[in-house]
This record gives sequence, C-alpha cells and structure tokens, in this order.
Amino acid sequence: MTLFLNQLINGLHVGSIYALIALGYTMVYGIVRLINFAHGDILMVGAYTAVVLTTMLGLPFPVVVVLVILVCVLFGVLIERIAYKPLRSSPRISSLITAIGVSMLLQNLALLIFTPTPKPYPFSLNIPPLSIGGLQIGFTTVLTIVVSAALMILLQVLVAKSRAGKSMRAVSEDYDAAQLMGINVNTTITFTFAIGCALAGIGSVLYGLAYPTVSPTLGSLPGLKAFIAAVLGGIGIIPGAMLGGLIMGLAESLTKAYISSRLSDAVVYGILIVVLLFKPSGLLGRRTREKV
Amino acid sequence: MLKVDQLNLYYGAIHALHDISFHVNEGEIVTLIGANGAGKTSILYALSGLIPCKSGEIAFDGQDIRKVPAHQLVTLGLVQVPEGRRVFSRMTVMENLEMGAFTRKDRQEVDRDFYMVFDHFPRLKERRRQAAGTLSGGEQQMLAMGRALMARPKLMMMDEPSMGLSPILVQEIFAIIRGINADGTTVLLVEQNANMALSIAHRAYVLETGDIVKDGPASALLQDEDVKKAYLGT
Repeated sequence: MTLFLNQLINGLHVGSIYALIALGYTMVYGIVRLINFAHGDILMVGAYTAVVLTTMLGLPFPVVVVLVILVCVLFGVLIERIAYKPLRSSPRISSLITAIGVSMLLQNLALLIFTPTPKPYPFSLNIPPLSIGGLQIGFTTVLTIVVSAALMILLQVLVAKSRAGKSMRAVSEDYDAAQLMGINVNTTITFTFAIGCALAGIGSVLYGLAYPTVSPTLGSLPGLKAFIAAVLGGIGIIPGAMLGGLIMGLAESLTKAYISSRLSDAVVYGILIVVLLFKPSGLLGRRTREKV
Repeated sequence: MLKVDQLNLYYGAIHALHDISFHVNEGEIVTLIGANGAGKTSILYALSGLIPCKSGEIAFDGQDIRKVPAHQLVTLGLVQVPEGRRVFSRMTVMENLEMGAFTRKDRQEVDRDFYMVFDHFPRLKERRRQAAGTLSGGEQQMLAMGRALMARPKLMMMDEPSMGLSPILVQEIFAIIRGINADGTTVLLVEQNANMALSIAHRAYVLETGDIVKDGPASALLQDEDVKKAYLGT
C-alpha cells in the first residue's frame, strides 16, 4: 500500500510537470492551430538560463526563477514573431516544418554554446521530506504538485473570466469576427505564447529540481511527452492538457513500479493509441456540431 | 458619414470590385443589393479592413480609414455584423455581448447597454447563460446584431441578416433594423433579399459582378422595371 501511494505521488509529480508543458502546446494550438515543436526546447532554454545566471552571476534562487520565466517568455514571443507570424496564412504544413526547424536550431545553438557535456542543474532544495501518515514525501515533489495545481487553477480563472482570456477564446474561435469586435489578433497571439512559455519556464525549474542534469536535448523527451499529453486530453482544450499530463505521469510511474521500468514509455504511448482509436479528438475533445 | 471612392479590390488575379463609389449619409439606411457573387461581402470586408484594397479611398467621418487596422475601426464607430452571424459559439450569449463592447472603457454605460440590447432582443435575455452555438439561427442573428450594438456603432454594417431565416423571422429582424436606425444608428445593409431591403432602406445601390449599375431612392428602385425583373421576382 505504501509503495502504491508513493508511486501515485511520484506519478503526480512528473505528471504535473508534463501538464504545465502540455498547457503551452494546447494553448498555442487552440489559437493558431500550430503544434509548436519548439515548445519543449523552451524548457532547455530555461535550464541553461538558470545555469548561466548562477555560475556566472551567482544570483540567488528566487531571482533566477523570475529571470528564467522572463527569458522563456522572451524566447517564445520572439520565435512567434520571427518564425511563425510570417507564415500565418500559409498552409499549415509550412509552419509545422518551421516549428521542427526552430526546435533543431535551439538544440544546435545550445550544443554550440554549451557543448554536449551535461551540466548539473545549479539548485537543489535541501529541505527534509515531509512525513504524512507514514509516507515520506520529498519537498520538491510537494512543491511541484502544489505550484502546478495553483497555476492551473489560476490559468482556468484567467481564461474564463479575464478580458485577455476572453479575447483568447474569441480569437481561437474566429479571427475575423474577433477583429470585428476590435480585438487585436496579433497581441492576443503574442499573449498566448507568452503565457505558454511562462508555464514552460516554471516547468523548467521544477524539472531541473527533479532531474538535475542540463543538456542541449533536455527538452526533447519531456516536450514529446507533454505533446502526447495534450493530444491525449484533447489538443486545444486546457483542462484536457492537465488531465492528459496527470494520466501520463501516473501511467509512467505505476508501470515502472509494477510492470517494468523499460516498458513505461511503451505503456504511455499505448494508452495514447487506445484513446485515439476510440476517441480521436482526445479524452475531453469535443465533436463540434454547430447550428447554421 | 461614409464615402467610398473608386474602390478596387483583387483576389489574386481576379478583379472583384471595379471602381466602386458610394456614400452613406448620417441617419440613413442604405442598402447594397445584388446577386450572389456580386461583391457585396467584399465591399464590407474591405470597409472593415479585413481584406486590403488595391486602390481607392474610404473616408469615415471625414477620416481616411484605408490604413487603419481592422481592430481599431470599432473604436471609430464602424461596426460590422458579418455574413453567417459568426457568433463565438463556445462562449455564452453574455460573453458574446461583452466581446462586442471589447474596446469600450465606460463600464457603467456598458452595463446599461446590456439592457438596451435585451430590450431589442428579449429572447437573448432568457438565453444569456447559454453557449451561443446552441441558439437557433434567428437567435444567433439577433445575438450578432446585439453584439454589434454593444460597440455603440455610428455606422452598423449588416451582411445578409436574412440569410437562412424563415419569412416571419426575416420580418422581425428587419423591423428591429428599422428600430435601431430610428434610435440614431446609421445602417449600411447588404442583402440578397432585395424586396425586404428596399422596403426599409432610404437609398439603394445595385451591384452586378463588381460594378455599381444603378442607384437611387429605394422607393424608386422598387418600381424600376430592370430591378423588378432581376431581383424582385415580379
């Protein structure tokens, strides 16, 4: 029972990180119908930012976190402006290929600047684990789950209630109609990329605390898994990304504990295939049928 | 209020609008009638800044608006109810109306305008918490119009408000358009239903494959033999 609960908590830990990253994929897809394959690499950008800021400038952890978020937002916004915006009215395959290109560009830049030799993540939280009813839960785990949950609630409220959130929903439904309301589509898209990348920035800190090795390909695997999480939950649907991330994390950690650690990825992808067979739009995906 | 001069518009190599000139005076209902594909929607899209025009001038309230980005035209008072309603189907009726008032800063006045819209369209009030996609076609048309009213337009441009609606609903919608105009909003109405459009408009222009071929008082065009034959089915 203790093993099961521990694995459950581990699953929630990784799953929360997947969910944070998946939100970036799904929000961007929802508004520009683009799978931003460079999104995972924003995680890597965030991790190296943390390395540079601490080893070269010796800044304290909280300051680094804020700067990491800002740098990730800056990268996301610049990528959108430079690489995706000029292609907005081109066929979708063009921007998809561009996204893969941007991903490779970022990884190779990191390879060039930081060499392939992994670097240690500059922080770890040396806070004793919490014991709750006989369970020992690492502080990083608690922090990750709490921070992610809070961010997801905040995001839901933002999208449902705020002016910016409503304009995002309007733009995601109909560019032209949104413009006829006086909504600036470009600003709204920039804002969406900014939010997605801010979440990835926070995700990169949480990921670094959990897996403290920084390499140029750091973003690939969590990026891929988060993308799958987004598809699993229903791409373009915010609660879907959260659900998908958590399911992926849980499936992964329970497979590792009870079946085989080598099979964990296979099980995760297997779940995706099964879900898509029965519900191609994802778990929370909707089949839109509108009256004309 | 609106003056369009020698407007030309291309879709790739296709010359869609040829030297279109017309004007709308304050307080009027002006209608552009014509068959499917005549270029009516293109004119409204060009006026709203959604498609760029090759040459020509568009002046609104004396200001040249050809270079003004689409999303800023609403602030000037130029608001469009697009063809096919284009309501935000996953947002509620109330949220759709809020989107109409997106550029406005006068919160209290906006709150009052919700009641103004519900006065014009009582059915929207009953359904204000419903997703717009679940409304009937007529209700969606009402929502699209209410949404535009929330912007407090000086000139409201309507594209085919009768499309896909039953004759009774069409009557109702046109009565409301007349009411909106009587309340002080100038209206530019694009319609295939020439009979209805001419019956409420002050003046009209007849559009044929990108050219304005006739214009005059709506009452005169209702009696015009060519118009009767081509558009009124009598």
